Amino acid sequence: MEDDAIGSAMRRYVTRRLAQAVGVLWAAYTVSFFVLYYLPGDPVAAMFGGGLDSTTVSPAQIAELRHRYGFDKPVFVQYIDYLGKAVRGDFGNSVSTGRSVTATLAGALPQTFALAGLALLLSVVIGGALAVSASYTRRRWLRQVLLSLPSLGMSLPTFWVGLMLIELLSFRIGLFPAFGDGGLRGLVLPAVTLAVPPGALVAQVLAKSLLAALDEPYVQTAQSKGASRLRIHLRHTLRNASLPTLTVVGLIGGQLLANAVVVETVFSREGMGRVTANAVTTQDIPLVQGVVVFGALVFVLLNLIIDLTYPLLDPRIIATPGSRGAIAGVGA
Amino acid sequence: MGAATVTRATIADPDEESALLQVRDLSVSYRTHGGHIRAVRGVDLDVRRGEVVAVVGESGSGKSTTSHAIIRLLSDTGSIDTGSVRFGSGELTGMSERELRTVRGAQISLIPQDPAVSLNPVQRIGEQVAEVLRIHGLSTRHTARADAIEVLERAGLPDPATRARQYPHELSGGMRQRVLIAIAIAAGPKLIIADEPTSALDVTVQRRILDHLQQLTAQSGTAVLLVTHDLGVAADRARRIVVMSQGRVVEAGPTREVLDNPRHEYTRRLLASAPSLNTAYSRVSASRVSAAEVPAPAAPGAEAVADVAHLVKDFALPHTGGPRRAFRAVDDVSFTLRRGQTLALVGESGSGKSTTARLLLRLTDPSAGRILFGGLDVTTARGEQLRQLRRRAQLIYQNPYASLDPRLSIGEVVSEPLRVFKVGDRAARVARVRELLDRVALPSTVINRRPAELSGGQRQRVAIARALALRPELVVCDEPVSALDLSVQAQVLALLAELQNELGVAYLFISHDLAVVRQIAHEVAVMQAGRIVEQRGTEELFTDPTHEYTRELLAAIPGRGAGSTWGRHPGHAR
Repeated sequence: MEDDAIGSAMRRYVTRRLAQAVGVLWAAYTVSFFVLYYLPGDPVAAMFGGGLDSTTVSPAQIAELRHRYGFDKPVFVQYIDYLGKAVRGDFGNSVSTGRSVTATLAGALPQTFALAGLALLLSVVIGGALAVSASYTRRRWLRQVLLSLPSLGMSLPTFWVGLMLIELLSFRIGLFPAFGDGGLRGLVLPAVTLAVPPGALVAQVLAKSLLAALDEPYVQTAQSKGASRLRIHLRHTLRNASLPTLTVVGLIGGQLLANAVVVETVFSREGMGRVTANAVTTQDIPLVQGVVVFGALVFVLLNLIIDLTYPLLDPRIIATPGSRGAIAGVGA
Repeated sequence: MGAATVTRATIADPDEESALLQVRDLSVSYRTHGGHIRAVRGVDLDVRRGEVVAVVGESGSGKSTTSHAIIRLLSDTGSIDTGSVRFGSGELTGMSERELRTVRGAQISLIPQDPAVSLNPVQRIGEQVAEVLRIHGLSTRHTARADAIEVLERAGLPDPATRARQYPHELSGGMRQRVLIAIAIAAGPKLIIADEPTSALDVTVQRRILDHLQQLTAQSGTAVLLVTHDLGVAADRARRIVVMSQGRVVEAGPTREVLDNPRHEYTRRLLASAPSLNTAYSRVSASRVSAAEVPAPAAPGAEAVADVAHLVKDFALPHTGGPRRAFRAVDDVSFTLRRGQTLALVGESGSGKSTTARLLLRLTDPSAGRILFGGLDVTTARGEQLRQLRRRAQLIYQNPYASLDPRLSIGEVVSEPLRVFKVGDRAARVARVRELLDRVALPSTVINRRPAELSGGQRQRVAIARALALRPELVVCDEPVSALDLSVQAQVLALLAELQNELGVAYLFISHDLAVVRQIAHEVAVMQAGRIVEQRGTEELFTDPTHEYTRELLAAIPGRGAGSTWGRHPGHAR
């Protein structure tokens, strides 16, 4: 009976999160579609590398192209058309290369995924370790030092960190290759570069939550049981403090994709960042649209995973939405 | 560094008749921005084997700090300056953190103040109880689970096997307190420090839990250091009482002696203001003019301010498959509020008293029933009509710390309702604010101060001034004194009674504390599970309760048994 209620609450929670995810994707598609549509610049003109000199292309040819891409239809018809295709995974073809957008993105994906995945892992592990050490230590000065590191990390520009790492670890010591796509070793420097700002964010948020959790009365209860400081961190505060950090990790997903543009340029790597940079500079509208929707998809999936993780960490999350909790909890 | 083993051995078996815990000249201070604050100044305290000793005092008296300093659980800013804490034959002030950990939980355990926040919200109950057994090596990984269930059962938790699998938020406050007691008794300590263990609970629950704790500790010969602000609780439970004020022990001795023959002025004041120890309405009515020597049951002649009939409020329960269910928070409630009279709604948490008040003020919409205000049906009032109702009916909240905007000055807080209703010009409003502050006995110098600079009692006076600013006909007081210290409670209650006499305002007074109600109400309505089970004139209800639930509530008031002997002590007259 009780398990039933929890099961159905869980089902409602998951359904709601899934519906939200679909909603966000649709909104991302729609907004990007209209923004790109009304942006100055002519997609057909872009195909011919900028200016539409009527000397090279005849008006008839232009009209023909417009028709082929459906640009001559009313905007809402175009929107419905493209949305219908997008739902089936078809984002049209790149205007500059002629390749299918989906294929272009799929080609760039593994490189970027490896990079962003490693960066995410590094930022969580290093940021988390920093936060736990700052909270664990009883030495005031050490805590202050540890807590000041994240703001330093946040304020360093990504491209500068990248260049410094290349200068030090590649050119001077020769530990890691500076450029190229080859293997795990080539991944290290770009991933570290990419991990610095989000790692700093993780450290900051987690340290703050951990220190706040240490002041909670349940920590005193644990101390009065005779629990050690280590035990209090591992068994009590870390899990309670991890929720805000988890939220931040979801946001970091988006940040990583954005910063990948810079990092992939600095380290001359193939990947989503490169694709994005090219798509924007060549005004490749279908490709830009594909990148936007893909970015939203990654963001939504990551946050969906995180939303589904919350209840595992904090059982209260299922019980709260909309309900008034255990109303009739009277008596002892 | 061999000290650890030595200390352990010496703590283990002091069999002589000496004190189990011996605190001498203990001083504790807190570091703040403004320098050091000495919270505890030279406290001496003894607890003998198996004895219950109560430390009584108001907030800020240093009683909690003393109890925490004993097991060195002060916050980071607190430190022990001088003194010694001998436990058995070990000295706790000199122990290393590692040695202390072998004492905490195993030899001395703590029952914390607020069961709502003292359990880890994301860990199952069973694990939290098992933790103390695991730390001290009293259970193995395999037996911990079963052992925890056994301890929960001893602590009086019904269906302990199920509870062990649940999380704290799935349990009521009383059950959580039992879990905390289970944690405290699990390792069989020699001393339990109980820091206001039941203050956050309803009286009937409080009594059951204290009874149970007393029984458990008596069986096992465990000593208890009971920290409480409630003299009634101390009188019922302790063999000896230690009274603290401003960081010092002002009086200590056997319970009867301290209560019957208080030597210190502060103890006398505390005794006098303890509502549960007074037999009648005397204190507050003394400040009333002739009107209420005997609290008249609501005179039917007095003009009705508000009249509610057959109020019902349903809350939808979360949908769990099957038919939609609703929780009936208020069930067929009717009463009349009269000019210059106080109707008290009493009941335990969840009984529907606050919801009833919210319905009356139209802060929430009733599912059924009718609300008349000054003869006008306001059950479905909207817009301007509702706004005018807001003007005529005001609310005083329970928590004076949360109900005043910390960024506004006191002057702005009190004048806000005037500004909202565009009453008078600037000068007139300032004059009115001064008058109101004067009326609630606050100096006009507070006008430019912020709420944070005021004490709890002063803040509640500000809240009263704000509620009266628009000259309302009705003020709903939602537990207006339950967050205040006893002596301050008495002052605020007297103020409320006095203002009622002068202004003829009607009060709907919500409280879980029958002792407080007795001092202020003309009529009492007892609520249980959304219904009014008994509604009568105050004195009648107290002397001759007819409903069984009313009797149960009355019996649960702490200090009642002793009240007849020392409540009337001549010393309590000011």
